[in-house]
Formats: sequence, structure tokens, C-alpha cells
Amino acid sequence: MHHGNGGVYMQKLIADVFMRFFTDALICNQSDSAIINPGKGKIAYTTDSFVIEPLFFPGGNIGSLAVCGTLNDLAVSGAKPEYMSVGFIIEEGFKISDLIKIVRSMAIEAKKAGTRIVTGDTKVVNAGKCDQLFINTSGIGALNEKHIPLSSGKLVKPGDKILLNGPPGEHGMAILQARKLFSFKTNIISDCTNLYPLVKQILNRSGQVHFMRDATRGGVATVANEIARKCNVGVEIDETCIPVNREVAALCELLGFDPLYIANEGKVVVVVDAMDAERTLNGMRRVKSGKNAAIIGEITAGHPGKAVLKTHSGGKRIIDELLGDQLPRIC
Amino acid sequence: MCLGVPAKVVRIEGQEATVAIGTVEYQSSLLLMEEVKVGDYVLLHAGFIIEKIDPVEAEETMRLFDQVSKMDEE
Amino acid sequence: MSPEGLRFMDGYRDAVLIEKLAAQIHSLSRTPIRLMEVCGGHTAAIHKYGLKDFLPVTITLLSGPGCPVCVSSQKFVDQAIFLGGRRRVILATYGDLVRVPGSVSSLEKEKMRGADIRIVYSVLDAVKIAQRHPERQVVFLGIGFETTAPASAAAIVRAEEEKVDNFFLLSAHKIMPPALESLAGGDTRIDGFLAPGHVSAVTGTMIYRNLAHVYHRGVVVSGFEPADILQSVLLLVKQIESGHFQVENEYSRVVKKEGNPRAIAVMNGVFGLVDAEWRGLGTVRESGLAIKPELAHHDANVAFNIRVPDGQLPKGCICGDILTGRKIPSECPLFSVQCTPVNPIGACMVSSEGSCSVFYKYKT
Repeated sequence: MHHGNGGVYMQKLIADVFMRFFTDALICNQSDSAIINPGKGKIAYTTDSFVIEPLFFPGGNIGSLAVCGTLNDLAVSGAKPEYMSVGFIIEEGFKISDLIKIVRSMAIEAKKAGTRIVTGDTKVVNAGKCDQLFINTSGIGALNEKHIPLSSGKLVKPGDKILLNGPPGEHGMAILQARKLFSFKTNIISDCTNLYPLVKQILNRSGQVHFMRDATRGGVATVANEIARKCNVGVEIDETCIPVNREVAALCELLGFDPLYIANEGKVVVVVDAMDAERTLNGMRRVKSGKNAAIIGEITAGHPGKAVLKTHSGGKRIIDELLGDQLPRIC
Repeated sequence: MCLGVPAKVVRIEGQEATVAIGTVEYQSSLLLMEEVKVGDYVLLHAGFIIEKIDPVEAEETMRLFDQVSKMDEE
Repeated sequence: MSPEGLRFMDGYRDAVLIEKLAAQIHSLSRTPIRLMEVCGGHTAAIHKYGLKDFLPVTITLLSGPGCPVCVSSQKFVDQAIFLGGRRRVILATYGDLVRVPGSVSSLEKEKMRGADIRIVYSVLDAVKIAQRHPERQVVFLGIGFETTAPASAAAIVRAEEEKVDNFFLLSAHKIMPPALESLAGGDTRIDGFLAPGHVSAVTGTMIYRNLAHVYHRGVVVSGFEPADILQSVLLLVKQIESGHFQVENEYSRVVKKEGNPRAIAVMNGVFGLVDAEWRGLGTVRESGLAIKPELAHHDANVAFNIRVPDGQLPKGCICGDILTGRKIPSECPLFSVQCTPVNPIGACMVSSEGSCSVFYKYKT
């Protein structure tokens, strides 16, 4: 792959791979900028870079992850994801067939979501200068002003209920599986998915959604602590209410991991007024990515700034802040 | 050192036993065990089976717990 | 109810059962007593299930030197880092050791700087790495008590049999009884011990005889589920209140009086006893496991010329007093100033369930 710097080979790469799948009219123009009409009102704008290893895992690949990750950041802010940019840094020698699989996934995810990929860039670097493939995506979407507090959490108050759309830990454990470091055999699949349809359901069902955050790196525990700190409230999670993926639970027991800290790519933590909790829950369960949704806890006035877990056995403990990646333990 | 997980032996191949915890499977070592059969419940630690779990004793332990709770009710 | 294996856990976590056991403990416990658990797994379980909340004020539960990782000396980590710095060497380790601080750095920091340090779930994975890379030297960092030492021993036996000459063990393995007796004979008041269930699964229960019959302390071999631990506390309360000390086995579904003879034999075939340094306790006689001379070609201490200075714990660190229950974390001058969960100095902060780590979380 000597596609270096804009010459013939690069043009061929772009034509054979990217233009084959990114077929939006704007991107096909291949002009320096995509000119779009964002409409009136506020815009939500996000960016994220993806450097995962391995590139392919049960349930997805770096491409589907890159698209869903950015879609979800917009969705949980209350915005409808409308436009995306994609940037690729490719290591010399990277297999074209793998690149095709990845780019195809991205196009499929974006199309499913009704989001347009309108501009992009690609660079090829010498071997050793990047780890196979890095992808950056950024996205924008129209944001209704009433949803602005969803990210700040300033409406969160004691008594609010905390909802989670499904069992935590699937993505992180799927990645661990794919790394083949430990010879466990499981059927765990990443939960990588576009959360906008679920979020849309939630926002339609309730006008009293006070906070939303997708639980990615650091897991549900990290979001719980964020809510506690940012909103200066107490967070109480009931362990018996958290949905469980039995394989994730078993693998966690074996390695000494806590599912609450494991990365997700299709989980959203929602804080909603207690009056609307059941209705919101029912709405979530009608969407595929919310079929195992549950009310997992509530906001309290006690212990502001701290997230606490009520365990299976009835005892309570503080949900620590995550210090680093969990590592398999013997102790 | 203490992370030992109960598992069930589903297959034995020479000095390795495939054990299942739920539907998660692992190829564990039998180098530290005298004799293990398919169907045994065992304790898995750092990739080795280090002991068998005695289901009868397990029931007995639960029964003792129960006795404790019955004492409470008398 | 539960699928394979998991059924041996669910029942022991039941909230109603826990309440009942706790009530029993409350009704029987009269005299203030101090109980010590000496197992990282127990420390973790007590923390994870919030079990201290269930105990009456008459019971003080101390966290002793039972985490083999945390009692690994600074020097051991320095030795590991020294070896990891050699280009031919691949270091293989259990995940627990990765964040333990040496005198200057840690395995985690060295890994970020590019050292070839691999985390394994089983020591046999390290032997496989050695087989796959005959041009490299694979050094496995052997930490753990009698639960884990037999695994390292089995790996050496496997390496011998399959002529994997490039597999080495750097042993920091330790055994429990000398440390326990040193604690019982020391000046801290400990009325009873929760004995480590998985160590006992290997060793059997006789190793605690002296604790009960010579030192007159309560001993209960305990499992790791919440109900196991509370039941064990209850049994200890009964022993201490009655003055009738013995070694009781709560974890009978796994632990047999004679232990696992095969595992013991494998361990004894590879290791001999030496004096060992326990972070926080100092040197404990005949508490360390060293590879026997006839297997020295797999002993990293012998095969490599490891040169590291005798490190010293930072001035002020009182982990030894905290591990033995003589002092509490807030009495340490370094606590939460220089020594924090993000920048741990001593063993008690290194472990996320160590006394200082837990104290830190709950006080802030």
C-alpha cells in the first residue's frame, strides 16, 4: 500500500474503498468542504477517535464502533445525529480487504441511523507509525433547546430514578475475548449499537428526563460517580436490580472483574423524575436496545457526591472511582 | 490467591479438563488433582483445578445456615 | 435455578440469610473482641458485600497481611523491573502485581514505557509463551501463598519434562503459618482468625493447630461468600465467648482436613523453605518458598545476575502496624498526603481493598 500523499495510489484507494461505500452526494463531490444547511436553533457537535485493539470483535469492528460511538454521544445529548465526518490514519501494509470490511460496516451503520457521512479524510503512514488503523469521527445534529440540561444534569434531584437499558459489561468482555489472551470460550457479543431510536423513545415518553449519559469506558460505575459529583447528589444503585448477562457475570467471577466498571457501547444511563419512571421504562422495553431495561437505583439527598451500591446481601459499599483498567486477579 | 470459582467438569482430555461456569468454558489443568470425573464440581484457581466441591457438604453447609436461622425463630 | 457452578454462589449471598446470621452474631457477642482475616479474598469479599455493616460494635474486624501481592517486598518488584529491562526477557505476571510500587517504578509504568510485560491468567500460559519464543527468556513472577504456589511448581515440572529451558520463575511465594504464629505471638491483641479458605483447600486444616492449642486463639477456616464469612464470625464468637479454642472448618464443601495431597506433593517437590521479607512485617523465618537447587536452572534468582539495591520503604510508612492491627490508617503521616490510591506507597494502599484504600474511600 504505497498510498502516501495524495498521488495516484491514494486516489485509487479513495475510489476503490471509500467512495465505493460512502455514497452520499456531498462526499462524492470531493470538494474541500461539505456545505450543509443546519437549520435554525442549536447544534450538538461531538468528536471521538478510535484506536482499539483488536480491530474486529464479536458484534462489530472499529468502523461500526466509530460510527455508533459518535452517534451515541449526540443521541444522549438529546440531538438527532444528522451529519458525520470520518478520518482514517492507516498504517502502511494494512490489508485492503480488512479496510473494505470496516468501511462497509461504517456505511451500513450510518445508513441504518439515517445519518449522512458527508466529508472525510485519509492518510497512510509508514509502518510502525500507527497501530494498524486509527479512525476519527465527528458528528453534528440539531438540538432542541429543552434537551440542553440532559448533559449538564442541573435538573437532577433527590427522588429521581436511575434507569439502565440492559446488562453492563458486554462490549469490554467481547473485546477481551477477541484479544485471545485468556483461553476462555464464551458467546459474549459486544452491545455496540446506535442508541438514537432508544433515546427518541425515552424523550417521547417523558418530559422529565433530567440526565443521560452513555456508559462507555469505565462503565456504569463511572457514570454513577459523574452524576454524584457533577450534580452534588447521592446516587444509590441496587445491585439486585441491575440486568445481568450470565456469561459476562461468570467471566467476571473468574477474572475478578466487576461488570459495573466494564466498557459498554450500547448502554445509556437515564435519570428521570420518579413520576415518569415506569412509563419511561415501558417505552424503553419496546425498543430492541432497551428490551432488558430496568430501574436500577435512585438519586438521594444523603451522601452527596458519592455513589453507593446496595449489594445482593443487603450491605452497602461505595462505588469507587475507577483508577485504571481492571486486570485479571488471583487475589 | 483466593479467587477460586466453582465450575463443573464437562470434558477430560489427558491432563486437562474443560470446565463450565454457566456457559463459559475453560481448559483447565489437572496437574494438581488426583482424580476428577466428568460431572464433578471443582474449584478453579488461576487456571488449575485445586479441589473438588462436595455437593453433599455444600447442602450440609446450607442446612447448617438454615439451622442457625431456625434457632433465631424459636 | 442457577446454571453450572453459579449455584454454589447464589445461595450464599442471600440477603435474608445474611440478616439472620448477623442477628445471631449480635445476640451472642458480649465481650469486645478483635478478629483478623488474613486473606486478600476475604478482605475483598467483606468490602464487596459491605459485611462490616452487619457486625456489632463489639467486634473489630482487622485486615491482616493476607494479600500475597501487597506483602510482596519492594525489592521483589525492583528485581522484576530489572529483569524486564533486559531485551531478551519477557516478564509474565498475574494482573495483581502490575500496580504494586517498587522503589522507583512499577510494572505498569514500565509496560507503558515499552517493556515486554504480559499478564496471564495461568502460569502455564507463560510456559507456552516460552515454548513459542525459544529465542527469548520468559520469567514468571511467582506471587501467592499455598493456593498458588503449587501451580508455579507444576509449571516448573512441566518445563522440566518438556525441556523448556527458557522458562524461569522468580519466586516470592510465601506460606501462611509462620506469619500467623508471628502475629499470634506478637504484641497486637488478636482473639481469633478467619483462616484462608483456599490456602486451606491445599494445605488442609492441621496447619492452624498451634494457633488454637498453643496460642489459644479461635480459628475458623472460612469460605468466601457472605454467608460463609458471617457464619465463620459467628463460630469465632462462640469459641471466644466459651474460651474453647479449636480449628473449625466452615468451608467443608471444599476444604478437607488433609487438604490436597497431590498439590502439596508437587509444591514440596519443587520448593524448599527460606526466610522471606514481608512488606510491613519484615523478615519472617522460613516463610518463603525458594526453588530447590536441583531445579536451579529454572530459578530466575540463580540464572540471572539480578542487581538491585536494598530498597527502603518511604520514611513514615507504617503499613506494618496497620497490617497487624496496631494502628489505623489515619495515624500514618503519609496517609492521603503522599500515599493515595492513585499514588500508593505501602501495601495497605496498593490493594484496592487494603485497610488504607478502604479508609480513604470512606473518609472522603
